[in-house]
Amino acid sequence: MDLYRAHVLVCGGTGCSSSGSAQLIERFEEQLREKGLEKEVKVIRTGCFGLCEAGPVVIVYPEGTFYSRVKVEDVDEIVSEHLLKGRKVQHLVYVDHKTHESSVQKSLKEIGFYKQQQRVALRNCGVIDPENIDEYIAFDGYRALAKALTEMTPDQVIKEILDSGLRGRGGAGFPTGKKWQFAAASKAEHKYFVCNADEGDPGAFMDRSLLEGDPHAIVEAMAIGGYAIGADEGWVYVRAEYPIAVQRLQHAIDQAHEYGLLGKNIFGTDFNFDIHIRLGAGAFVCGEETALMASIEGMRGEPRPKPPFPAVKGLFESPTNINNVETLGNVAQIILNGAEWFRSIGTERSTGTKVFALGGKINNTGLVEIPMGTPLRTIIEDIGGGIPNGKKFKAVQTGGPSGGCIPASLLDIPVEYDTLTSVGAMMGSGGMIVLDEDNCMVDIARFFLDFTVDESCGKCTPCRIGTRRMLEILERIVNGKGEEGDIEKLENLAENIKATALCGLGQTAPNPVLSTIKFFRDEYEAHIREKRCPAHHCQALLNYVITDKCKGCTACARACPVGAISGNVKEQHKVDIQKCIKCGTCMTKCKFGAIIKD
Amino acid sequence: MKTLADLEAIRAKTLENINMRKDDNAARVVVGMATCGIAAGARPVMLAFMEEIQKRELNHVTVSQTGCIGMCRYEPMVDVIMPGQEKVTYIKVKPEMVPRIVAEHIVNGRPVEEYTIGAAE
Repeated sequence: MDLYRAHVLVCGGTGCSSSGSAQLIERFEEQLREKGLEKEVKVIRTGCFGLCEAGPVVIVYPEGTFYSRVKVEDVDEIVSEHLLKGRKVQHLVYVDHKTHESSVQKSLKEIGFYKQQQRVALRNCGVIDPENIDEYIAFDGYRALAKALTEMTPDQVIKEILDSGLRGRGGAGFPTGKKWQFAAASKAEHKYFVCNADEGDPGAFMDRSLLEGDPHAIVEAMAIGGYAIGADEGWVYVRAEYPIAVQRLQHAIDQAHEYGLLGKNIFGTDFNFDIHIRLGAGAFVCGEETALMASIEGMRGEPRPKPPFPAVKGLFESPTNINNVETLGNVAQIILNGAEWFRSIGTERSTGTKVFALGGKINNTGLVEIPMGTPLRTIIEDIGGGIPNGKKFKAVQTGGPSGGCIPASLLDIPVEYDTLTSVGAMMGSGGMIVLDEDNCMVDIARFFLDFTVDESCGKCTPCRIGTRRMLEILERIVNGKGEEGDIEKLENLAENIKATALCGLGQTAPNPVLSTIKFFRDEYEAHIREKRCPAHHCQALLNYVITDKCKGCTACARACPVGAISGNVKEQHKVDIQKCIKCGTCMTKCKFGAIIKD
Repeated sequence: MKTLADLEAIRAKTLENINMRKDDNAARVVVGMATCGIAAGARPVMLAFMEEIQKRELNHVTVSQTGCIGMCRYEPMVDVIMPGQEKVTYIKVKPEMVPRIVAEHIVNGRPVEEYTIGAAE
């Protein structure tokens, strides 16, 4: 292999790919050939860097210069200036939202977005070429597997994971070591190790990024887990909507086979392990472990009551262990560095790090990995760069459709499993949707419930009918037809559904409603009693009003599709509330900011 | 692959290629590659550094470029920065000077005084 003096890393995650990073790579290679630099500079497609908001992202090493929003036209300049002459292209260098620093030469480690992060699960994402097993090995890949197989007994592996305090990153936060212990204790000829990559929470995409950016980490962790519990077959259940992840994972599995890291007699021991991929059709409920197993078996993706737990009777009636992708992303690191090291990160009851997908009303949309116990405020204000357009922070929704909203007053709580649960939210898979003053909390609750009603499999009554009744009440409220007693009805239904639904989907579906009622009851009451939406969001409850800033330019009147605006030229116009369909077109057409929502 | 040694071999081999993406404190060779540097022959100098470093398997050394620092009359200029030490600037570097800089300075830690900017001033 040749030595290159510079590496150009181009993000090939789903976010950057959809904004054209493949064309960037092509252009880079073309330009480098033209300038005769192809022997000196190497172009590498990596996984997600996390700062998707600034994509497509290009990083040039050894300087670590971070270029953001790179267009194909910019490539020529980067090649001729930076790579040929060594001058950074200042106007493409990433600008920090908070400090507005752009004049300084930014490298990855100096950027506010990365400074407070600690990357364990995502350590290789955006650093290595995910389709090159050699690069993974160079960054200590498969050494943990070698160590486990040649120096440790299965019990020692389990003990290491148990001692590390690693808890499931997919939602419920069950201790991973315990899970492995149960599966190992089941006696059977055949056992399975399953990776749950059916990431379904709206806004969460850490599992996808991990599979895209570091697929070998998952392959290695599954082999380690298989050895620990005595399984010889692994399944990855991944949704078909993740084509890049599926392709890279398959590629990784094939490469591992070629190297003898999967298959028979791995590392000269008598341990055999093989991994298959099963594509899911995108049903949310299939992220629930019993539904997931049913789906792998080729049956309808519906949950069943537990016990028997999968560790006793799981996939194809055999003992099975199921872990989430991000959980597995930590396994090799724990085996290599020891449980003590892992415990040193995070807090007493929540060890290690957690990846969050930041979305919604936040400047740095993207993927962040922080030590457990980091205050929410740090994540939102420092790493996330705060709320755009000078708006006021209102709440953050964590845990997706199973989670809840945390209001501004609780922004200083540490992010841990137990603290989040105690305020009515939950860690979930790590989606974090930031809401500002323009978001209506009742409508947010309605949005998530709409999702769960859609995704309910229909097997049990509380979930199938109960959540639908709740949704109907919420729809009534946001449409201005709420009645006195609706809040109590919602609370009552929620408690009953939580207590009686069959699986996690139903048991947690009312959470978004309960937590918004808990912290934003006044908004519910304003909708019901005053028929008013405090955030001016619910269309049915707001009126468009033309103020005296109106110059009478007639732009709004001409744009109104239903002719609800009247007025003479150069005189203040007026909206006929009876005719108005509240489409908002007039507001976007007004050049003087004269139209407001009331 | 059957043993840990096999794995280690691949690791060592690949590491030299991707070392620059790791965080550790490595020695750096920085070649002035502005228009003046390139005109004075910086490119063959940089290639000579890369070749020499590869030949000696100095995996921890990175070669990078920088712009003009204003002393164009001394180009090609090369900075060698060893971890924890002041940077040393070499001037009017020619490819044939490179093996000596690598051997004496980067490998043995003794800057080649006669090539440095201090010697000329």
